Amino acid sequence: MTSFAGWQMPLRYASETAEHHAVRRAAGLFDLSHMGEILVNGPGAGAALDYALTGFLSVLRPGRARYTMICAEDGGVLDDLVVYRQGEDEFLVIANAANTDVVLASLRERAAGRDAQVIDATGDYALVAIQGPAAAGILAPLAGGLDLAAIKYYAGTFGEVAGRKAWVARTGYTGEDGFEVFCRPEDAEPIWSALVSQGTPAGLVPAGLAARDTLRLEAGMPLYGNELGPDVTPFEAGLGRVVKFDKPGAFVGRRALAARASSGPVKHLVGLTIQSRRIARHGYPVLADGKTHGTVTSGAPSPTLGVPIAMAYLEPAAGEGDHVLAVGIRGEAVPAHLTDLPFYRRRP
Amino acid sequence: MSVPAELHYTPEHEWVSVEGTSASVGITEYATQQLGDVVYISLPTPGATVTAGEPCGEVESVKSVSDLYSPVDGEVTEVNSELEDDPSLVNAEPYTAGWMFRVRVAQDDNGDPALPPDLLSAAEYEELTKSAG
Repeated sequence: MTSFAGWQMPLRYASETAEHHAVRRAAGLFDLSHMGEILVNGPGAGAALDYALTGFLSVLRPGRARYTMICAEDGGVLDDLVVYRQGEDEFLVIANAANTDVVLASLRERAAGRDAQVIDATGDYALVAIQGPAAAGILAPLAGGLDLAAIKYYAGTFGEVAGRKAWVARTGYTGEDGFEVFCRPEDAEPIWSALVSQGTPAGLVPAGLAARDTLRLEAGMPLYGNELGPDVTPFEAGLGRVVKFDKPGAFVGRRALAARASSGPVKHLVGLTIQSRRIARHGYPVLADGKTHGTVTSGAPSPTLGVPIAMAYLEPAAGEGDHVLAVGIRGEAVPAHLTDLPFYRRRP
Repeated sequence: MSVPAELHYTPEHEWVSVEGTSASVGITEYATQQLGDVVYISLPTPGATVTAGEPCGEVESVKSVSDLYSPVDGEVTEVNSELEDDPSLVNAEPYTAGWMFRVRVAQDDNGDPALPPDLLSAAEYEELTKSAG
């Protein structure tokens, strides 16, 4: 167990490597109840989110989801978010646990006077995620007749899991197919137990934060506090596509982000494979021809690829031509190679 | 959690097994559970002199990297080269196949191996891990 943003979280249940492989090959079950849930409701909710976030949420159809970001006036990322449109006037915003208070305060401020209520519902929801190629097959018999095939990637619907009311969404943070089940806290345990009983014969195991981190890293997904923070805009992270300049009206950060989009990047996010068993960890320097030109943001052994991988911010020129790249691992320059992100992409 | 009675321990979670003047060293099962899956181990080279309580290598797991401390004074005679290819042996069998290095320790006046006085017994070590939660 580990403390995480005020929550007690399992780092691993048994072996994080085994948990990682289970998610890639069968299924893993995650308790993600720490995530922040914020409801934005009312006739002006869509317009309020268009102003508050980088995305164009008012055109999202009910039952669909978007990955988006909330930025400061200077373009710095305050959090990355998943937003579900649960109804015409109802949006569910999922924030990182450590950022929920900031997101909540920013949304309240930005929604003021726009005919929308911003409600902290973090305590009203538990979140159980089932991820992996076997996820749909395990969930289906428990989903109360819900047609899971009709739930597309980045979509969600109200339904029942193990006889308990839930918002069931086809989203996740592992690079695999899977579902996130948002339920009442008192229903989390029966839902968890039912999924364990149903899934164990199919290879499902409970999976902790450590496996979640290596899974998302292989999938090239950013983690707030590592790849994202107030000192970077979505463009450095290679996620400029989440900034919708073509939406009508002003939005917070627009001017700074537009300037950033048209100027050349000072640093950009790259993938590295490390030519050693040693791990290039958060904060280690990236060297080009022996001189520091970047910093590792996340690094871990890749159970799927069998080599250590990392994401890093690198000055663009250092990644071009034939510079010799290395990571400074506690005083030793360990050779590294640029690798396209993501490191892992599931077969469709 | 296993804490074999016949071994000596350190507060840094190493174990020592002494036969004559040869001391075998590894890390405890408690340590492996705290570390998680071990992915890389840097060991001292044979012939190197190690000093009790001083770092002589590194143990790297998925989530962290920690110094490996020598529990005894002496000269490294052998390292477990199997760990190079399969560091997960440390998790699977911390007290047997996961041993890390062997040290030739000096003898005291009685011909017994000269071990640091502050090594812990199995009971003392178990107490320590319990109080650490």
